[in-house]
Amino acid sequence: MSHAAFLAAGEASKHRPLIITLFAVFVVATLVITVWAGRQTRNAADFYAGGRQFTAFQNGLAVSGDYMSAASFLGIAGAIALFGYDGFLYSIGFLVAWLVALLLVAEPLRNSGRYTMGDVLAYRMRQRPVRTAAGTSTIVVSIFYLLAQMAGAGVLVSLLLGITSDGGKVGIVALVGLLMIVYVTIGGMKGTTWVQMVKAVLLIAGALLLTFLVLLKFHFNLSDLLGKAAANSGKGSAFLEPGLKYGATGTTKLDFISLGIALVLGTAGLPHILIRFYTVPTAKAARKSVNWAIGLIGAFYLMTLALGFGAAALIKPEEIIASNKAGNTAAPLLALHLGGTDSNGGAILLATISAVAFATILAVVAGLTLASSSSFAHDIYANVIKKGRATEKQEVGAARWATVGVGAVSIALGALARDLNVAGLVALAFAVAASANLPTILYSLFWKRFTTRGALWSIYGGLVTAVGLVLFSPVVSGKPASMFPDVDFHWFPLENPGIISIPVGFLLGWLGTLLSKEEPDAGKYAELEVRSLTGTGAH
Amino acid sequence: MSTDAPPPSKTEPGLPSAEEFTAVQDSAEFRELRRSYRSFAFPLTVAFIAWYLVYVLLSNYAGGFMGARLFGNVNVALVLGLAQFLTTFLIAWWYSRHAAAELDPKAQAIKSRMEGDA
Repeated sequence: MSHAAFLAAGEASKHRPLIITLFAVFVVATLVITVWAGRQTRNAADFYAGGRQFTAFQNGLAVSGDYMSAASFLGIAGAIALFGYDGFLYSIGFLVAWLVALLLVAEPLRNSGRYTMGDVLAYRMRQRPVRTAAGTSTIVVSIFYLLAQMAGAGVLVSLLLGITSDGGKVGIVALVGLLMIVYVTIGGMKGTTWVQMVKAVLLIAGALLLTFLVLLKFHFNLSDLLGKAAANSGKGSAFLEPGLKYGATGTTKLDFISLGIALVLGTAGLPHILIRFYTVPTAKAARKSVNWAIGLIGAFYLMTLALGFGAAALIKPEEIIASNKAGNTAAPLLALHLGGTDSNGGAILLATISAVAFATILAVVAGLTLASSSSFAHDIYANVIKKGRATEKQEVGAARWATVGVGAVSIALGALARDLNVAGLVALAFAVAASANLPTILYSLFWKRFTTRGALWSIYGGLVTAVGLVLFSPVVSGKPASMFPDVDFHWFPLENPGIISIPVGFLLGWLGTLLSKEEPDAGKYAELEVRSLTGTGAH
Repeated sequence: MSTDAPPPSKTEPGLPSAEEFTAVQDSAEFRELRRSYRSFAFPLTVAFIAWYLVYVLLSNYAGGFMGARLFGNVNVALVLGLAQFLTTFLIAWWYSRHAAAELDPKAQAIKSRMEGDA
């Protein structure tokens, strides 16, 4: 029996109790961790930064857990399985991007900020406008990213539990939303960090197991694996070369450059990643945690190469597409195949890998929710609405309520994005982060003359350009694979806005600064620069 | 100056004064730390982004070259992709070694003195 038929016919339903049990074990275990962490969460530093007492290795593991999202696991494996080499390009951008974070952002941020990205952006600027801008862009980037995770959750669960009704899918998305609200409101950063660490271990173990099984099938002969993948894909040696997804026309090639730039510059502007650096005691520990993350994430992406080409070699492309148009289910299908379609082994492996993917999604949504609700509470509520006069208790209370709000919004949006490739959606979040956040972070840290107006122009200019171009791109309307395929209001030809919106973000920050009437605050810049390089007065 | 709420650091007890920060920023010791950091991190950033972009452009516009077989089914594209992984690991290691040897001791010296004074 074919894989798609196996799943569609509900054969998997025989093993549904097993699948549900594994999901439930993970959920219960993480809830126990959350409640335990919640009891140790006493003040704002605990809630926002996990008490700043995690070790570099623990944080490196949690950073990996926060970063290797459903996009990495389901999306990249799927993109490689369908488009061969072009899927691999995602992994490279996602990994190289860490060098920007390591060399330019992680340590200065850890030294000079306290809880949020806004702390550093607003450091030497007028507080209220810049914090409002930083909070807005944090929430927009995180919601884009959440959308991708929710799409992944919907795909997985409909695959596994045979839930095809819209009501059932909405129910599952609601359940994910509810869990993330519980993790974050009760466990804060401590609970979230532990959930991410557990998830990272599970994900790496799951990927190792599948990689081993794939390589075993091909007697550890990489060339043989590649050859079979090329042959089975029906595309021949083109499958192993760049161009299948992005090489068709001049426009798609431009889209690929746009994607490449967004990936490499996006990571260091992702708020949910940046706040992780506050959970370690020193900048040196932040550096070491990035090094751990680079090692773990790099190893993981090398394994997705085996998973994607393995799926391409062992499963017919029509079956992958039949199961999910965008290829998001290639990794679970591969697990089923490796375990044996007609045996319990296949079902057990499928259930395990799916539980791992589910854990992945939960851990990432928790991190995203925490980033957006911290920024709402610390940047917008405490510093803008309350003008810096909120008590810690009020601030953390506001963060908890914001969590409920973010959860509700992402549940509502989750249903819209079901059939888009999860990696493609995440790439949009990267583009927004690289356009709105990265220019402002770099100017704030390294450019003495930078002013409040420059900061506002680069944040809002980058944000509006990136989101606006996506809105009028084929991602939203006008193509069969669009979010709204039946209407067409697209005029921007590229799927990824980065090639335009990132230079716009940098340019506007520069222009806004030149056109400022106010003088930059030299004293505050001295303070920021000395603190960011030496760690003097670090929290 | 703005009429907004004061930035939080001004209310932090134990932080050195604005004059001290400005004096340290102007000191030869701090300038040396900044130079040692920037002259390492900035060119390296430009270099790895350029190398990454070369790779992206080759993937786009040099299909024949990228598709050339090196051994078995392994082609130039795959080897260059893996080379990106390798250089990422190497640069991370190299920067961390530089930071530990050159930056950390200088930063620590300034920090200890400033916090001791405060």
